[in-house]
Amino acid sequence: MVRSVLGLGAVLATFVTGASAEGLKVGMITTLSGGGAGLGLDVRDGFLLAVKQSGRDDIEVVVEDDQQEPDVAVQLADRLIQSEGVDVLTGIIFSNLAMAVVPSAVNQDVFYLSPNAGPSQLAGAGCHPNYFNVAWQNDNLHEAAGAHMNEAGFSSAFILAPNYPAGQDALTGFKRFYQGELAGELYTQLGQTDYAAEIAQIRASAADSVFFFLPGGMGISFLKQYADSGVDLPLVGPGFSFDQDILGAVGEAALGARNTSQWSKDLDNDANRAFVESFQAEYGRLPSLYASQGFDTANLMISAMEKADVADMDAFREALREAGFASTRGDFEFGPNHHPIQDIYVREVVLEGDVLTNRIIGTALEDHTDAYAADCAM
Amino acid sequence: MSLSLLLEQILNGLQLGVMLFLMSAGLTLVFGVMGLINLAHGSLYMIGAFAAAAVAGATGSFLLGLGAALAAAAVAGVLVETLVIRRLYARDHLDQVLATFALILIFSEGTRWLFGSFPLYLDIPAPLKGPVTFPGGFAYPGYRLAIITIGLAVALALFWLIARTRVGVRIRAGQADREMVAALGVNIARLYTMVFALGAALAGLAGALVGALQSVQVGMGEPVLILAFVIIVIGGIGSIRGAFVASILVGLTDTLGRFLLPLAFGMVMEPSAANIVGTALASMAIYILMAAVLVVRPTGLFGAAT
Repeated sequence: MVRSVLGLGAVLATFVTGASAEGLKVGMITTLSGGGAGLGLDVRDGFLLAVKQSGRDDIEVVVEDDQQEPDVAVQLADRLIQSEGVDVLTGIIFSNLAMAVVPSAVNQDVFYLSPNAGPSQLAGAGCHPNYFNVAWQNDNLHEAAGAHMNEAGFSSAFILAPNYPAGQDALTGFKRFYQGELAGELYTQLGQTDYAAEIAQIRASAADSVFFFLPGGMGISFLKQYADSGVDLPLVGPGFSFDQDILGAVGEAALGARNTSQWSKDLDNDANRAFVESFQAEYGRLPSLYASQGFDTANLMISAMEKADVADMDAFREALREAGFASTRGDFEFGPNHHPIQDIYVREVVLEGDVLTNRIIGTALEDHTDAYAADCAM
Repeated sequence: MSLSLLLEQILNGLQLGVMLFLMSAGLTLVFGVMGLINLAHGSLYMIGAFAAAAVAGATGSFLLGLGAALAAAAVAGVLVETLVIRRLYARDHLDQVLATFALILIFSEGTRWLFGSFPLYLDIPAPLKGPVTFPGGFAYPGYRLAIITIGLAVALALFWLIARTRVGVRIRAGQADREMVAALGVNIARLYTMVFALGAALAGLAGALVGALQSVQVGMGEPVLILAFVIIVIGGIGSIRGAFVASILVGLTDTLGRFLLPLAFGMVMEPSAANIVGTALASMAIYILMAAVLVVRPTGLFGAAT
């Protein structure tokens, strides 16, 4: 029942730009239903926009909905690799799904280009020549937030994240760079919607600032309740807690909050200006960082296609490693473990006309790589 | 730990409790009177939140949004009852679970089709924004106080409806013996539709009230639905009084567990590990409570002995 109803949606979502014998076939497994659907939609739309702009008719993209379920994602990957014969897989949003799909996919001579999830396992000992992460390693934005807190002079932070692997990575990453004291450290339940108990503890603590990682709906709930509680300590978080996909639902409660991101709408380079403008024209909304990641992922793939045929895997891999595309982030290159080396910026939530968005106010970390690269033997 | 922090947490627990009561009251009535398991109750909660967000967004009035939430959820309830559920009363629970599970999927995808995948915005009404400061310097968000007040008022109204009115007599009679009530000339089909609409409207009200505090998004109803089922099991199926007591109990257990358990483990463990263990145990606390109640009273706190 479930499968047939949602299967119909997946068929409708299938997007074909026309196949040719020597072309490249991409399987995109992403989250298009449930609470995380906004993230998957943005990655998909960014990716398809880049494919469309390339004007190539030899790229075929098959889009499938993973429903944010690891077992569904694994089934989809098996089908895409074995029956559809895709050359490249991409699209997964959530780290637990990536861990279920990526290790087996890359061992079946398929390239995996990650537009979002960056679990530490795949950056360290579990790295693989066919795996490229075009977004970030999971800890990166949190590390940058920790560095920003030092610079902003906060010395007593209250930190919280959901109690699941990426949440624990977030606090670990934050503490790796943050040098002050911790006024409190809390794990919340995954999917929690009421934060009154946590906010009461923040109020009662001697904190001078709050760092939180609560992606999607959890962040919306937390921000609205925090704004209404009368606690007015400055908020710092990774870009996920303050991006375009949720700002509309949070409203002015988010104004002034600092957050860290590798991308921002106002990054001053030609590729980004063109991307923001064409994304708005195509879809009628502002792009989020997820959209920029999807767009960059497709452009990386297209840049490799221009240099090599995907049938020659070694040449194609070498072409991917060169990262010869104009990233919306400006400078972009891969480290030895195929994860980005990039600047991470500090942004502030501002009101532009009547639209809430982010503006860059500084750089938290320059040419930042990740803490796991040394464990990668490749 | 200061006294004001503990007081604030107790109020938080109470607020969660009355919100859960609005959800579980409808669920327990429907189950008690009609013997129907309605998994789609969470969808009615979602419909309430979306109706409130859409109307409040278009008109700028939270009260209109609240009215729209009640109306939309009640209308959806009547439609669901007459079109789908009426055919299921005579069937067994498995068929009901299947059909109402299908309704969840239909409502979720329908809402996504209408409103898109991105969360909607619903703000707290301006007069209730910000904290209320009590004498002695204790501050608590005004909107949460309002939810507590509305929840308690609805609870009183429901007790009065069930205990003191003609409709209440029929509902209680319907719980006791369906065939006999029908034989005595009560239009049982209309009674069922009415009870269902009432339960739906309460769920819609809960959705709208909570929508201003959290994210209005597709699938928001299902986590609350699970808690509501726990509550009607603890309270005793079909008992409004049981649902009320169990709601408050679950609200307090959940909030105080999340707050106190990490502190308790912190006395014997290193803080970071105490946090992980405490949080994990806190998420089980209400289920442990349910198991304990069922051991002592297998039909729930106020359930009729069978």
